[in-house]
Amino acid sequence: MERRELLDTSKLSLTLNRLCSQLEETYGNFDNTVILGLQPRGVRFAKRIHNLLQNLHPTIEIPFGELDVTFFRDDFRRNEAPLVASENRINFLLEKKRVILADDVLYTGRTIRAAMDAMLSFGRPAEVRLLILVDRSRKRELPVQADFAGIKVDTLDNEKVLVEWAEQFGRDSIRIENRTTK
Amino acid sequence: MKGRLSVKHLLGIKDLSSEDLELIFKTADNFKSILNAPIKKVPSLRDITIVNLFFENSTRTRVSFELAEKRLSADVINFSSSSSSVSKGETLLDTVNNLLAMKVDMVVMRHPAPGACQFLSKHIPAILVNAGDGTHEHPTQALLDAFTLRHYWNGQLEGKKIAIVGDIRHSRVAFSDLLLFKKLGASVRVCGPGTLIPPDMQSTGCEVSYDLDDTLDWCDAVIMLRIQLERQETAYIPSLRDYSIGYSLTLDRLNKLGKSIPILHPGPINRGVEITSEVADSSQSLILNQVENGVAIRMAVLYLLAGVPGS
Repeated sequence: MERRELLDTSKLSLTLNRLCSQLEETYGNFDNTVILGLQPRGVRFAKRIHNLLQNLHPTIEIPFGELDVTFFRDDFRRNEAPLVASENRINFLLEKKRVILADDVLYTGRTIRAAMDAMLSFGRPAEVRLLILVDRSRKRELPVQADFAGIKVDTLDNEKVLVEWAEQFGRDSIRIENRTTK
Repeated sequence: MKGRLSVKHLLGIKDLSSEDLELIFKTADNFKSILNAPIKKVPSLRDITIVNLFFENSTRTRVSFELAEKRLSADVINFSSSSSSVSKGETLLDTVNNLLAMKVDMVVMRHPAPGACQFLSKHIPAILVNAGDGTHEHPTQALLDAFTLRHYWNGQLEGKKIAIVGDIRHSRVAFSDLLLFKKLGASVRVCGPGTLIPPDMQSTGCEVSYDLDDTLDWCDAVIMLRIQLERQETAYIPSLRDYSIGYSLTLDRLNKLGKSIPILHPGPINRGVEITSEVADSSQSLILNQVENGVAIRMAVLYLLAGVPGS
């Protein structure tokens, strides 16, 4: 299996900081903002961004939630078995809030479509923005685009983007794996 | 991660593996969080039609299934035998096949005959969920009992001692509970008057006791069952008053224990017979938690069974 590194630890750190600066530049204050990480893999990315923003704004508390979209997916009964859901951890309402929806990889756009539906169970936000770490821009199946993207890559169908975090894998990195190469 | 049950239908607890149980509990946990959100509905089963086929009276189970189905966005048809052609002599298979001809995908059935669901599963193409078949099994009730205790004990039933008290002979809940608690590693003791405990009970791997006070002292949790007067063709107990003296869960009995144990009851409760009002309404009672968890458990079962394509 062929692997190549897209971003190493230091470049990934720069990217995270740049995304924070972009959010800071666009919004300035985060009084009415919540951050939602998508379960399961978007949560660690969202948590990093949340920590960075929280350090910049120590006097306010930016609500952080974890949203699971499994029951809102459009491929139910189309796979051999349903996906196992993860937990929703949202102990606040989204009514009239600015929601920053964060996921690690944007590919077909179907997860984000499901997330928009799932999110509405917690109220009607004033606005929703999409924050993505890796934008695989060539394979979009729905009209979904990121408002803030860490890195854009063109990938093939047989390639998989692996976002790995130090908490889980010992170091931060983003790699691309070719699943057909022997 | 994909989650597929090892069974196509939910006929009884005896068919479920430990992996199935974990999957059902984990999925129910997620549905429980959905049920606590302001909007409690998900679109998963929007192209599925479910018929609730009830050949016996039911309030809790039927409403709980119906709510679970509606929360999953399924189309729901309710059928009760008293107002149907069953009273004109139609057979079970004919009734169900006529319903299936109207493109029904899943059947939730309660029937007075033990094994009715098993029989039907061999003859129809739809997915079947047993909502109680005679004195045989009531799998979703057992699942919600175990789910409620798992929450109470933060996830584990292994090593716990659970007592089931009352009319064991006529209780499908007792049989399903017993099978499930054993599978989850708990010890089970059944307790009641000798006439209401089947003679071969020990062969199922549980203890048998005729002494409620001793049983309460032994257990970490107690499930009280009601006397099923509608299933008693012979007089198994001298009178309800006599029964309540020996087997009613009273505050006095609980106060003597020196420990606090959770109290479950599948409902409907007969206040003053197997449980007093002050106990049923006390903080130790998890009866309403059971009702709440029932919807999440049934959503999980329906979701996992319906999620396999071609099923």
